[in-house]
Formats: sequence, structure tokens, C-alpha cells
Amino acid sequence: MALAESAESQLLDALRAGDESAFADLVREYQLSLVRVARIYVSTQAAAEEVAQETWLGVLNGLDRFEGRSSLRTWIFRILTNIAKTRAQRDGRTLPFSALQNPARVPEAALDADRFLDPEHPRWPGHWAVRPEAWPEDALISAETQGLLAEAIEALPASQRAVISLRDIEGWSSEEVRNALEISETNQRVLLHRARSKVRRALESYLDENA
Amino acid sequence: MSEQTDQTTQLSCQELVELLTDYLDGALPPDEHARFEEHVTICQGCGVYLEQMRTTIRLLGRLPVPALPPGAEGELLDAFRGWRSA
Repeated sequence: MALAESAESQLLDALRAGDESAFADLVREYQLSLVRVARIYVSTQAAAEEVAQETWLGVLNGLDRFEGRSSLRTWIFRILTNIAKTRAQRDGRTLPFSALQNPARVPEAALDADRFLDPEHPRWPGHWAVRPEAWPEDALISAETQGLLAEAIEALPASQRAVISLRDIEGWSSEEVRNALEISETNQRVLLHRARSKVRRALESYLDENA
Repeated sequence: MSEQTDQTTQLSCQELVELLTDYLDGALPPDEHARFEEHVTICQGCGVYLEQMRTTIRLLGRLPVPALPPGAEGELLDAFRGWRSA
């Protein structure tokens, strides 16, 4: 959820007044997501971290001019995107914009086709061939699960990783994600769907192996 | 107008799993939303799948935020102090 307007203006006041802990909180809150979004544009983790670092400097430089026409975080992510694009161009990287702007061009199913019966099956077309089993409640509370989730997210293509991080880890609304990444609602949802489907599959395989 | 049969109006399980995120975001058109809900109430496999996806999302929302590398945070705070005193 976006910061309520009053909370955001309080935060801005604190930052402008030079409140160091307010800035540290802001950095802690967004750093991971900034790096993940930067990874859409630049090819290495180190480059993405540099882009995030540069973004914070850009935030500080622009803070006095920030007028609150967008939310603070949308503004921060716009700064990031501009820096990341410039950096990618400088590195001579052909931008994988199609993954972000046109993900549906390459189809990707949530599950392998063999999980389902044939679409032409006389009685049960497209019905489960291998039905998912309910997950035992207590099997997923472990620290191991957290490690597994982190790995599954790391393994995603950068644009899917960025969207699932903002939506599901940070709890942003789809509209905020669209604004921050400058993508359409449909593309945002395609990326989220693919990311969630893969993370669910990772949990399923883990539980199957440990059953 | 001919009446549509169940076969043509029903979603298959394979189709349903692809509509899940749209469903959870409340982005399905009303008739499709209704078909989705009808399907998950009668189909055990899809009901379980929907629950698993909700669990996945819930677990993601509880992931701890990893700490910044110590150097990075120090550098940023230095920058902040520099900005403040500028």
C-alpha cells in the first residue's frame, strides 16, 4: 500500500529537515526493489547496485524540487529507470524491452501440458491429469522455505522478478507497479502471473521431494 | 438463439490456471469471473491450486527484507550528510 498522503508529507518534511534516520528507513525499504528493477536494464548485479546507489543521489538532488505530483516511491522508481536506461545504453546493451513491454509475444504456460489431459479428451478435455495435492500447513513455515522462495525469485527473468517483488513482497498495487515500471496493466499481470506460477511450482517440487 | 451447452461455456482446468492472476486481481469480466468461481467450487484440483497460489502469495509477503551491505548504507548516509550540509 502506498504511504498515506499525510505520512508521505511527514516523511518529506523529515528528509528535507535533514533527518538521517528517515533517509536510512527509506533506503532500507526500497533498496532491494530498486536493485531488482535495475536488473531489467543492466546485465549484472553489481551494475544494478551502482544504479540504485546513483538513484539515491538523484533522489537527494531532486528532493527540494519534488512536488508530489506522483507518490514519492513512483518518483524514486522513475529516477531509477532513467538512470538504468542511460547506463544500459552506455554499456551498449540491447535492451530486453520486449520482455517488459511485450511479454505475451513468447507464450509461457503456468504448468507443463502433461499436467492436463488432452484438450480433445472425449470426457475431460483439459482436466487435471495429475491433480495438485493440498499442502500441509506446517510444512511451509520453516526458514528453509524462505531460502527456497528467495532462490526461486532469483531464478526468474529480471522483468518477472521485478514485478513479483513489488506486488507480492512489497505489497504494491498493480497501478503503482504500472506507474513505476511504465508498463501496461495487461503486461504487468502477465509478468506477475508467470512469476507466481514458477514460485508456486518451486514450492510444489520442494514439498514433493520432502513428502 | 441456440442455448449454449455446458461444454462450450465451461472453463477447462488448463484454462483456469492461466486466469488465476486476473481472477485474484479482480480483472476478469463478470461472466468469466462467475465461470471461474463455479469451476473452483466443483473442481477439487482447481480449488487446491487456487489455495496453493494464495499460500504462495502469503509466504512472499512475509519474506524478511535482507539488510543492505554495510558499505552501501554507510556511503549513502555519508551522501545524505553531504547533501544536508550543502
